[in-house]
Amino acid sequence: MSTQASRSAARTMLSPAVILLFVWMIVPLVLTLWFSFHRYNLLTPERYGFIWFQNYANFVTSPDFWGAIVNTLILVLGVLFITVVGGILIALLIDRPIWGQGPVRILVISPFFIMPPVAALVWKNMFFNPTNGLFAAAFHAIGLRPYDFLGQAPLASIIVIVAWQWLPFATLILLTALQSLSSEQLEAAEMDGAPPVKRFWYIVLPHLSRAITVVVLIQTIFLLGILVEILVTTNGGPGTQSTTLTFLVYKEALLNFDAGKAAAGGVVAVILANIVAIFLMRAIGKNLDA
Amino acid sequence: MGQITLSKVAKRFGDAEVIPPLDLIIDDGEFVVFVGPSGCGKSTLLRLIAGLEDTSDGRILIDGKDATALGPAQRGLAMVFQSYALYPHMSVRSNIAFPLKMAGLDKAEQDRRVEGAAKVLNLTNYLDRRPGQLSGGQRQRVAIGRAIVREPAAFLFDEPLSNLDAALRVGMRLEISELHERLKTTMIYVTHDQVEAMTMADKIVVLNAGRIEQVGSPLELYRTPRNLFVAGFIGSPKMSFITGAEAQKAGGATVGVRPEHLRVSPSEGPWRGTVGVSEHLGSDTFFHVHDTGLAPVITVRADGEVALSHGDTVHLTPQADKIHRFDQNGLRI
Ligand SMILES: Nc1ncnc2c1ncn2[C@@H]1O[C@H](COP(=O)(O)OP(=O)(O)OP(=O)(O)O)[C@@H](O)[C@H]1O
Ligand SMILES: [Mg+2]
Repeated sequence: MSTQASRSAARTMLSPAVILLFVWMIVPLVLTLWFSFHRYNLLTPERYGFIWFQNYANFVTSPDFWGAIVNTLILVLGVLFITVVGGILIALLIDRPIWGQGPVRILVISPFFIMPPVAALVWKNMFFNPTNGLFAAAFHAIGLRPYDFLGQAPLASIIVIVAWQWLPFATLILLTALQSLSSEQLEAAEMDGAPPVKRFWYIVLPHLSRAITVVVLIQTIFLLGILVEILVTTNGGPGTQSTTLTFLVYKEALLNFDAGKAAAGGVVAVILANIVAIFLMRAIGKNLDA
Repeated sequence: MGQITLSKVAKRFGDAEVIPPLDLIIDDGEFVVFVGPSGCGKSTLLRLIAGLEDTSDGRILIDGKDATALGPAQRGLAMVFQSYALYPHMSVRSNIAFPLKMAGLDKAEQDRRVEGAAKVLNLTNYLDRRPGQLSGGQRQRVAIGRAIVREPAAFLFDEPLSNLDAALRVGMRLEISELHERLKTTMIYVTHDQVEAMTMADKIVVLNAGRIEQVGSPLELYRTPRNLFVAGFIGSPKMSFITGAEAQKAGGATVGVRPEHLRVSPSEGPWRGTVGVSEHLGSDTFFHVHDTGLAPVITVRADGEVALSHGDTVHLTPQADKIHRFDQNGLRI
């Protein structure tokens, strides 16, 4: 039982932390909004001034904007697809008693321990590189001309790198969900005459739906902000073929030094991310109820 | 049809022999109950018949055809699990229709059979609910419904009532017995509840450490237990066993007498002891009698009205024609 006094004491005790967190969040947000309404280029700081929605208009009408949105969607959806499907397959595989199960499980989750820039550089220099890369060697070995992955298919290559990093996360979540499925349900389905594929479709997949929802929601939030992998591999190119919304904001701020336009881009990105989140919660969030 | 023959069936998990080779014949339409202490292999035996476990040895024949190598789906048997094993994301209707859907029946036929089963099991009003929205007894009925729509050759039940409360258990017991009367399909039923075994079975199979101790009708097992294990297992409260000189006098190494075959008197009778705990059930009273010098404790049934209290001295008289004699090896004489 909490009395009036203990409740207000609790509130007093909590308030420093809450206030700190609030300030921590609100100051950058307000600053971003503030700059987004001002002309503020770091190369010409003397031309600072309030310009209403000019930055937004410039950002949204810039030739790269729509391409960046499409690229962002392709990146997010591509990675989600690979990680969910791959995660389910790997989880099914390592859920059954196989030889060397412990080490295999550790190996499967190990990409998660590697920092994104390191992972991206390893992929860029050791796998995708058309002269020294392992894939180039493999192509040579079967008598084909090496393929310049990052040059010819930059977005697909980045999707592969990011998917490789996120696969362990999806696998882990899906594996725990898989292990919570009662074996009696599967046995009942087997007695009911369901062959393995139908058991997967009618019993296992519905059981996993909640875990899949969690994977999709969490990954989407992180994937919308992917930057490092693009920065160290393709730098948004060739041209703008692998420029996403986040990368566009980065380019405005740190390559063009246009803080105002970058701030406007950031606000646009936040709004778009929220739209995606609302859309996702509507579409699949109901899986989390019940 | 549902005649099942086990011939030299054995099961080993690694080195542990859970079921040594055993033979058993289950006739068509019979209600067979497997009983035995926990861990004796009842579930394992049932799962062997279902095809959920592979036999290590021996053959299983269903209706005369070798089913040893068949998968669970091909054996034409239906199983009701202790945990019900309903599919939580499907409605009751889809749960019951699932085996029909897997068998590829058309929608109209599926609906017809589901409605039929729902009527028999009083589930008609719940068809559109999820299993999570049902009570334990209703879930149990859905599990049975899912089994009967397939019209299987035999039903396998693994302790289907053990998750229900006592009152519901009695109700479901009657429903299952009635279902058996109506369908006349072979049923194999695992339980460790005495009352379920005695009231439902046509034939009881008593298992101990994977071996069959005795097979027979409930009354056969009650009247003529073949050995000490069956004698001690069938009947509630348990038979009391007496060894030593008094047993020799009666003509066996061990003599067993059931609580209901002893007469209690405050003054006369050959065996004398003191009353310990008394259990008053209303209709009957069970006295635990100590210090007889024959056995650590002898249980006696008396009329509900008999008034004896803790520490009283009593005399017991066994009914001579109802005592069971066993030799040194524990076998009935
Ligand atoms: N998969 C398995 N691997 C190894 N041993 C097993 C396995 N399944 C069962 N056993 C063993 O087989 C024996 C019989 O088990 P079973 O489940 O058939 O007992 P039961 O008679 O059904 O018991 P209960 O009344 O408690 O359900 C037990 O000693 C158990 O430890
Ligand atoms: Mg069991």
